[in-house]
Amino acid sequence: MKKTLNLVLAAVTTMGLTFSAQADDYITLASTTSTQNSGLFDSILPKFEEATGIEVRVVAVGTGQAFELARRGDADSLLVHDTAGEKRFVENGFATERADVMYNDFVLIGPKDDPAKIRKAESAAEAFSAIAEAEAPFASRGDDSGTNRAELRLWENAGVEPGGSWYRELGSGMGPTLNTAAGMDAYVMSDRATWVAFENRQNLELLFSGDKVLFNQYGSLLLSEEKHPHLKHDLAAQWHNWLLSEEGQQAIADFKVDGQQLFFPNAQ
Amino acid sequence: MEENAFYVALSLLVNLDASLYQIVVLSLQVSLVAVLIAALLGFPLGAAVALWQFPGRGGVIVALNALMGLPPVVAGLGVYLLLSRAGPLGELGLLFTPGAMVIAQVILVLPILAALSRQKVEELLGEYREQFVSLGMSKARMMPTLLWDARFALLTILLAGFGRASAEVGAVMMVGGNIDGVTRVMTTAIVLETSKGALPLALGLGIVLLTLVMAINATAYILSETAKRRMG
Amino acid sequence: MTSLNVPVNRPIELSAPPSLRFDNVEFNLLGHQLFGPCSFTLDGPGPTLVMGPNGAGKSLMLRLAHGLLAATEGAITWSGDQTPRQAMVFQTPVLLRRSALANLTHALAVNNVPRKRRAELAREALARFGLSSCADTPARVLSGGEKQRLALARAWALSPSVLFLDEPTSALDPAAIKDVEAAVQEFHERGTRIVMTTHDLHQARRLAGDVLFLAGGKVQEHTPADIFFSAPASRQAQAFLSGELVA
Repeated sequence: MKKTLNLVLAAVTTMGLTFSAQADDYITLASTTSTQNSGLFDSILPKFEEATGIEVRVVAVGTGQAFELARRGDADSLLVHDTAGEKRFVENGFATERADVMYNDFVLIGPKDDPAKIRKAESAAEAFSAIAEAEAPFASRGDDSGTNRAELRLWENAGVEPGGSWYRELGSGMGPTLNTAAGMDAYVMSDRATWVAFENRQNLELLFSGDKVLFNQYGSLLLSEEKHPHLKHDLAAQWHNWLLSEEGQQAIADFKVDGQQLFFPNAQ
Repeated sequence: MEENAFYVALSLLVNLDASLYQIVVLSLQVSLVAVLIAALLGFPLGAAVALWQFPGRGGVIVALNALMGLPPVVAGLGVYLLLSRAGPLGELGLLFTPGAMVIAQVILVLPILAALSRQKVEELLGEYREQFVSLGMSKARMMPTLLWDARFALLTILLAGFGRASAEVGAVMMVGGNIDGVTRVMTTAIVLETSKGALPLALGLGIVLLTLVMAINATAYILSETAKRRMG
Repeated sequence: MTSLNVPVNRPIELSAPPSLRFDNVEFNLLGHQLFGPCSFTLDGPGPTLVMGPNGAGKSLMLRLAHGLLAATEGAITWSGDQTPRQAMVFQTPVLLRRSALANLTHALAVNNVPRKRRAELAREALARFGLSSCADTPARVLSGGEKQRLALARAWALSPSVLFLDEPTSALDPAAIKDVEAAVQEFHERGTRIVMTTHDLHQARRLAGDVLFLAGGKVQEHTPADIFFSAPASRQAQAFLSGELVA
């Protein structure tokens, strides 16, 4: 009995040590699933770590949840794609600085046979209204993420109030939404990066892209020292500045999937 | 694609690469430590509820039984709010660490261990009570004796707890953050691969997880059956 | 049950066993009077055999005396300054899911016997009851007779001044019954007060020093064994002894 207890204690201690014996030089970055799932971080983080010795721990969630993590002081840095939301975040005093880092674009995905005929659409607005008119199934993220917010703005542009049985709010991340869309042959809007890296396409194809309104800007934010003095602001600033530096911008441009560049650096 | 998954699972196991190895080890560490802590708290708690009469005892039993079905995300949300910087335990800086995942899993597993051990100990107490009183044992003294004599049943209960801990994803995702190399475990890796549409890999990881859990269960089963046969 | 915190002391004093006194003892449950009111004193050399038809209250009487049940009314008192060390052997022996030896060391541990002495005392008791070869056998795979002997060995190891036995042989075969009766004699010779219930008239004749005869939850007579078996005083006892059904 006593022996067992000693073993247990030994085990707990060992594991406790493993848990705590981790680098102190790291920051927690709240970011979006699109950057994570595409593999961008796997490509650029080693370069940053090599340059600075700082490990970046990515918590990939929807943009809404990423803002919430930063608001509560649970992340040292924020890289998201909702420019309007980011600006509000600065205005509300949670961040001191916001900078453009890169962009990719949103693309409209749908079943090969394209029942709403959006392949021929001239603009994103036309494509969106065609889907609504045809009442073709459309899978929406419905999770208050950057992509979801952009999608809602695009419906508004097209003068459509999405609703009805054809419009399906999934409340999921980009990947699960694509999986579901593939399962029910629905239209879906995705960021290009996630789409290119996505493997379970089944009957889905890229049907429409290229309109400027589908531009998907990513921004990096420096969080407020005043609101959350405990955060690793120095390290986070190094990360922020590296992203905007020539080196960081080049690293982003160098990330390719199947020879295709997915993110386009555009820091000023 | 599914045939593919078995191939993927097999090659994952055969060419156990460093990152998968790390994920497997972390999964086991987190769940085993959580189950251990939950056992150290839950078994005495279950035995205490079985032994002592106190006002509100019925309520405690109902609550323990109900909490066996606590949705992991709810536990995760609770622990997140607790450990978040803005939360009461934020100072500890435990969020997005394996420690946070252990805490969340302890909360998920504890009610299972306490509720089921309460039942078992109560059953055993019915059999032993007169002898215990005859021996002049206090209730506090009865507790270790009952727990030891219920050891085979407790092992099964422990495995049920381990099953819940190793299978859940909602809580560890929320409080661990699925950080590559830090808090990524089998279940969160499966979620990630699924969201990338890499279904064969996701299923392959699932098969690896299942294989591990089965190996642990089989070992425990064989050990306890052998011992049980010996003990009658 | 505050009786058992006296450390086990060997050798056993062979002074007269403590006497037990019931004063208007009653036991009621949910408004039903299940036992008593009864008054009697057990102060003879014994062994005392408690007899009576089914439902007479024999088991209740043992449990009240031993303290497993609290009397609703009346008082149960022992001679001497403190409640004597007691043990009880049940009809179905209650054994822990451990080895025979561990069952004994557990009982000794519970009674604050120092760790160093437990194994020695336990092995001694096992040897006395012919169980040495079963020391490491799980208690619950022993035969019925061995289990009851183990229960007796456990009681023995605790050196009680009083031993209660509740139908200890009713589930055993003749050879095992013989062992148990021999054990009871040994306890008796060690100076332990024996209070034992039985159904078996022959067993009572073999063992009894005095007989406490119960019927309907009340003591009908308490007499030395030879008198009880040759000239029972109460009508119920006469009927019981002649094999009639007694209510």
